[in-house]
Order: sequence, then structure tokens, then C-alpha cells
Amino acid sequence: MAPVAEYEAACLPELLPLYYRRLFPFSQYHRWLSYGGVTKNYFQNREFSFTLKDDIYVRYQSFSNQNELEKEIQKMNPYKIDIGAVYSHRPNQHNTVKSGTFQALEKELVFDIDMTDYDDVRRCCSSADICTKCWILMTIAIRIIDRALREDFGFRHLLWVYSGRRGVHCWVCDEAARKLSVAARSAVAEYLTLVKGGEETVKKVQLSDPVHPFIKESLAVVRRYFTDYALVGQDIMGSKESMDKVVALVPDDILAALQAEKNPTKRWEKLKVIVQQKQASSKKSYYTEEEIMLQYCYPRLDVNVSKGVNHLLKSPFSVHPKTGRISVPIDLRELGQFNPFDVPTIRSVFGIFSDYKRTSLAKYVKLFDQFVEEMERSRKGELLRRTDLQKDF
Amino acid sequence: MLFGGRKKKGVENPQTELYGHCLQLYTQPPLENISLVEFEQFAVDRMKLLKTVENLGVTHIKTSEDYSKKLHAEISSLNFPHRTEVSTFIVPAVASEYEKRRKDHISHFILRLAYCQTEDLRRWFIQQEMDLFRHRFNDLSPKSKSDFLHRNSLQYETISVEEKKSLMEKLINSSYAFSGCTVEEQDFYKVPFQDALDLVRMRKVFVKDGFAYVPHQDIVTIVLNDYRTRLSKALALTARSLPVVQSDERLQPLLSHLSHAYVGQDYSIQKNIGKISLEQIDSLSTKSFPPCMRQLHKALRDSHHLRHGGRMQYGLFLKGIGLTLDQALQFWRAEFLRGKVDADKFDKAYAYSIRHMFGKEGKRTDYTPYSCMKVILSNPPSQGDHHGCPFRHSDPELLKQKLQSYKISSGGINQILELVKGMHYQLACQKYFELTHSIDDAGFSLNHPNQYFSESQKLLTGGKEVKRELDSPRRPHAAAGSENSKAPPETPSSSNRVPQEVMDDLDSFFQEE
Repeated sequence: MAPVAEYEAACLPELLPLYYRRLFPFSQYHRWLSYGGVTKNYFQNREFSFTLKDDIYVRYQSFSNQNELEKEIQKMNPYKIDIGAVYSHRPNQHNTVKSGTFQALEKELVFDIDMTDYDDVRRCCSSADICTKCWILMTIAIRIIDRALREDFGFRHLLWVYSGRRGVHCWVCDEAARKLSVAARSAVAEYLTLVKGGEETVKKVQLSDPVHPFIKESLAVVRRYFTDYALVGQDIMGSKESMDKVVALVPDDILAALQAEKNPTKRWEKLKVIVQQKQASSKKSYYTEEEIMLQYCYPRLDVNVSKGVNHLLKSPFSVHPKTGRISVPIDLRELGQFNPFDVPTIRSVFGIFSDYKRTSLAKYVKLFDQFVEEMERSRKGELLRRTDLQKDF
Repeated sequence: MLFGGRKKKGVENPQTELYGHCLQLYTQPPLENISLVEFEQFAVDRMKLLKTVENLGVTHIKTSEDYSKKLHAEISSLNFPHRTEVSTFIVPAVASEYEKRRKDHISHFILRLAYCQTEDLRRWFIQQEMDLFRHRFNDLSPKSKSDFLHRNSLQYETISVEEKKSLMEKLINSSYAFSGCTVEEQDFYKVPFQDALDLVRMRKVFVKDGFAYVPHQDIVTIVLNDYRTRLSKALALTARSLPVVQSDERLQPLLSHLSHAYVGQDYSIQKNIGKISLEQIDSLSTKSFPPCMRQLHKALRDSHHLRHGGRMQYGLFLKGIGLTLDQALQFWRAEFLRGKVDADKFDKAYAYSIRHMFGKEGKRTDYTPYSCMKVILSNPPSQGDHHGCPFRHSDPELLKQKLQSYKISSGGINQILELVKGMHYQLACQKYFELTHSIDDAGFSLNHPNQYFSESQKLLTGGKEVKRELDSPRRPHAAAGSENSKAPPETPSSSNRVPQEVMDDLDSFFQEE
């Protein structure tokens, strides 16, 4: 299935002004980034960057309040909006600040999962292309990372956003997350990393005893999807070439034995049996089956995106200039039904062409609204809890 | 951070409470008065200790028994506190143990002053202090460790038996050191994951709800993390207060000396004065000179000139190996005159600076030859310079070529380059020493170019003294190939250039320490 064929960036100058005047949820956006106004100047010291027409890129944009933000965006009509860190001073005045004192202080913990990073393990598409078959990888990624961030790290306010083309982003907005150091961010990202190695590495996942509880949990998720995704959808055991890649991950030469079995799904069963036999006659642990599953399905993060406090990431509700799709929040309660091809584009949102019915941004704005409200509720609760504690003395 | 402040109890002697444990985190600076002599002695001793920590850290695995034994020996010999039984009395049982702890405390803070100024110095100091701490902490008895955690108000809770039971399987599977019984036996601490990053990063610990479940045996990692963060912040703060400290004339020379100091023989008193003849220098340069001096010597021979940095580094080295002032004057004069400098200019300008080096001019300070640390850390060479440390300052490719030209085996070159990559420049030089002298172990820790020379001479002459040679009258040097010291005719332009350069060089003298 090809991405939206009719869209062209040429329509942006005409449609963006409409979008920013009528649909962009400025109110919730401002509420989100103000975080209840608890920290002084938190919104004012936030860096935004805009990509304008003709690839002009401007950094260190900052705004005093929602009104200024609206006016400026409606004036500039950026093709793309990025959100950066909260700095020690207003970013738009950073040149007036004494060298060395202008510093990035806080930012949400973010993750960027990009389908291109899975090119070596998907057969249906490559590079910037996606389809419903490989989109399952994103579903798996979201389930695994979301669980880990909540259950292992205790984070509660996570916003998952469709990037608009080939991946998803996660914004972890808890106060503790925003205050994390570079070292802490990289530690979390590494904790979540299981697939290692680039072009030259064939076997990218190695497991050994003992298997950490986190890996066990992640495997449980992968197992649920593996058969449908890898064996059926990607048909990894279906051709010699594809099987070769799988077998390359297995300790011994069992290709012939597998080829003898004609049914691809049965081949996988056969592989498991052979590995079990090896296991029975050996002292060390074989995790071959698990390693293959993880290599084909486990999320691949870009650690560099997560590490930097000052890293700029595409804003929710920004438009993707190449596809026209709007970066909308993803509802995890209906994750299985999420279809990136149903996401509104800058054209469909205005009902521009007749063969698609007009799509609405409403449900996504509502989702966003709920997210912001949940944070506000939680903040109030925390405040009450703290004042209660104080009252006890 | 959950390390609380020190609880103020009404003890009679607050100092003994401060030194109630042999190990500390240096959170409170010393408040007493101290003599300058003690100030310097403490600082020098701690520096020796940290140097040993550094050397052992590269040549040994830090958890090995050999490492521990050797470090323990050094700690004892320098009179620093080490593992002692924790006394249940408030006043430590042995007065000298108190003295040791006081020395530990004060010397750490003095070295902060010396090592806060540059990123390099700070990094080095933090690394060695952490290694030292790790060794000392691991050396404590379990009871002593608990006592330490207690005293430092570690507010990490241990998990209840019930919680441990419910998480048993997960705790067992989060580290391969564990079995059911070790989990049951040990205390597990609930530590906010931000305080246990190293363990979290490598999934060496169970993580739930934002907490890492750290077993008692791993608690040192947590403490170290905290120590490093504190020390880093403290050094940054110290650097800001430094100008005030440095304006104290009594302290400034000491601190400056410390941060560049070589701890050990400083070769300012030459034992072998007059025992080297000028004719020997060429051959000595290939056999017994460290690469930095060999390089300088060759550059001097090739271009009949060295710029100021090179003249200082090499000139002082030559003084250190035993050249007299007269010999030095002869040596430099002969070489410079082969170049663009005429006798008159030399006598007027360069001779002055050589006499200066020997303490016969100007401030009349007898300059000491540079230690490795000084060569590596100060005054990096620029275009046209040949001084510095080849392992530190040469591009690795060029270094490789140079080593090849010195006929070092390719295996040896690789070993050296590995050490260079790990920034162990002195060890790389030591390896060079071992390869060029065909021995397995140098038997000393290289810290000074003159040390290199004397160790080399010891080996080559079988420990016998260098044969004493009389100062011989100046003879044309065979290698240089010229018979007379006649300089090529000066062109008007060059005779204008030279004085200015000389003037610049003299200026920089007065910026020397």
C-alpha cells in the first residue's frame, strides 16, 4: 500500500495558514508545556525551532505566553515545528547571555522509533516505506517500551505520537523524567536496548543466563505477535534467501533439515525442535529461538535522540512535510486498531479531495486534552499530598 | 540525592566524631590551623599515593588480589588509614590512627586546590580518588561497610522479607552472582534508579517502579556514583575560589608546584656532574634518551636550532644528566653556530638563557628538569616545535613511523599505540624502554625523563658509575661533519630577524615559574 499519492508539499503554503488558524490545539499545547506554572518561566524558557519554506531553519524561538506563540506560528506558518529543552534563559535572548551560562536545564525524556532501523529484518518494505504488515513492529515497540517505562521506571505520563511517516515518538512528561541528566537518559536507553550492531553484525541479539526480568517481559510481548508478524506476514521461513538470514543466527548448519520441511510455519517448529535437541545434550543454555524472535521484532531505539537534554524533536500536531500527515497522539487503548494510513493529512483534514471523506482531528485533540488533564490532576494530587504531609508537623 | 547531612550530636570532641570511621566522603573541609610544612608533606604524600593508584590501575585488574596487596602496602607506608576494626568507642583506640585519618582528610582537600583548575587535572584527580575509595571500601569488613553507610546517612531502605519473597525469582534473575540463598542472606536496598545508573544501564539489577533493587554487595557502585558527582561539583566550586587562595604568597608556589609536580626524585641535584662528555651525546641519544629528548636532540642536530620550549625541555634535561654549565654552553654554541646564528649573537642572547637555566642569571633559581607530567600537561607544542611528549603530542601515524624508524618491532609498536590510545603516555614510554632495552619489565614506574636516562644507563653499564671524563677542549663533532664553527655568511634580512626572535625568547623567560 503506497502512502498518500496525491499529496505534495506545494499545497502547504496554502493550507498551513488554515491549519494554524483553525485546527492546531494551542490551548492544550500551552497547558501541556506550562506544566501547571509550577516552575517560573518554564514555558518562556522553552526552545522551539521552525522549519520554514525553502528549508529555512530557525532555532531558539521562544514565547512569553500562548498568545505570542499563536501569533508567531500563524505569522511564520512553519512547515515543521520542533520542541527543544527548557533553558536557563529565554532562548530568543541567548545571544545576550554571558557565554557559558546559557544552558539546557530540563526536557521530557523522549524516544524515537524509526522503521528504517528495521530494514534488515523486514521484507515487505524498505527505507521510508511502511505498510500494515510491518506496522506491527511499531505496535510491538510501543507495547514493550510503554510497559518498561511505566512498570520498571515508574513513569506515568507518556504521550505516544505518530511521527507522520515511518515511526513513532514517545514523550515522557513526568517531572522526574524532565529532570533527568544526560547520563540517566542514556542509562534508560541502554537498559531498553537489546538489538546491537550495524551492517557488519549478523547476530544482533545475544542472551545468556540469567535472563533479566525485563527481557522476559519483553519476550512475552514478542511471542504474542511473532507467529502472525514474522512467520505469516513477513514469511521469514518462506524463501531460501530469507531463511538463510534466519539460519545465520543459529549456531549450526541446519539449513538442509529446514528446507526438507515444505511448510514455512512448520519449519519454525522444526527449528525449535532441533535447538531443543542441542540443548538437551549441552550444559550451556541455548536461547536461539528467543534471540531470533528478538532480532526480528524487538524495538530499535536511536539512543542519541534520548540522550541529549537539548535534543530537538518534532512536535505533536506538527505536519510531516513529506507526507502531509499530522503527527497525532496514539490511543494505546486502541493500539491494535491504529492504522497510519487513516491518520488525517493536511488536505484530508479540510476535506480537500473527494475520494477520501473528510477526516477529523477532533478525536486526536481529545486524546491530547485527556493527557494534559491527567497530568494536571496528578499535579494537584501531588500538591495536596505534600501540603498534607507538612500539616502533620 | 538521599545522602543526608551529618547529624550534629553533642559529643565532647567533634573532631573524633568526624574521624569516627577510617573512610569518609570528604564532605566537610578541615577547620583547623596547619603548618606550611605539614601542608606540603600531606599533599606530597597523597600525591604519591594517587600516582601509585594510577600506575597499579593500568597494570593490574582493580579487583585482583595483587592490586589490593600492593595498594594496601603503599597506603600503609605513606601512613594513610586503612582497614581497621571498627571500634565501639567514640574515641579511636590508637592515637596514630586518628593522625592517619586526619592526614587523609586534610591531604584530600589540599589536592582539590591543586587539581581543580583544568578539565584534565580534575578528571585525573577524580579517577584516582574514586579508585582509591573503591579499594578502601571493598577492603572493609561487612560490619564496617554498614557502619559507613549508616554514618553517611544513606537513606535507602532495605526491603522487607515479604517483599523479598514476592520478588525472589526476579531478584535471582537480575544478576548471575545470585542463587536463592544469596538473595535470602543479603539485604537489598531500594535505590532510586537515578542513583544506580551504572547498574541499571547494564541491566545488572532488578528495576521496578523507578527503584533499583541493589544488593548489599553492589552498594559500592552506588556510593561511588555519589562520590564522583559530589567531587565533580566540589572541584568546580573550588576552582572559583582559587584566585583568593592563589593570592596567598605562601601557598601559590606550593600549589603550582603540586599540580605540575613530579613526586619523586627531581634531578635538580646532579649526581653525575661532569661525567658525560659531549662526544657521547649522539650515541647516548639513541641508547638512553627517552623519545622526547631523542627527538629534540635530532631536531637540534638537523636544524641547528631549537625554539624556546625545546631549549628549555632539552637544556634542563642535559643539565640533569650531568652536563656542566661550560659543557652546555659549548654544546649549544657549537650547534647554533652551524645554523644561522653567529658567535656574537649567541654570546649575547642564547648564552644568557643557558646560564639562566643553571641559575647563574636573573632570578638565580636553579631550574629543575621537567618531569613527564610537566612535559605532557604544560605548554603543548605548536608548528615548528619539537618539544612535548611524542606519545601525547604526536599524531599516532607519525608516532608509528618514528617508532618504525627506531627499529621497534611491529608487535611492540602495537602495544605502545594501544597504551597511547588509552592515554597512558608514561606507560607507553615505559614500554618503549622495555623494548629498546630488551627486557620484560622496566622495574620502575616512569615519571621523569632523567629517570629514564639513569635507569637506562644503569642497565647498560651494569650499574657501574659512568666513567668520569675530563672536560675535553672543543673538538669538531664527527657526526655533524663540519670542521669549523664558521657560520654561513649572514644576509642583512636574517641578521635583522634574529635579534627579535631572541628578544621574544627572553621575554618568555620571565614568564617561567
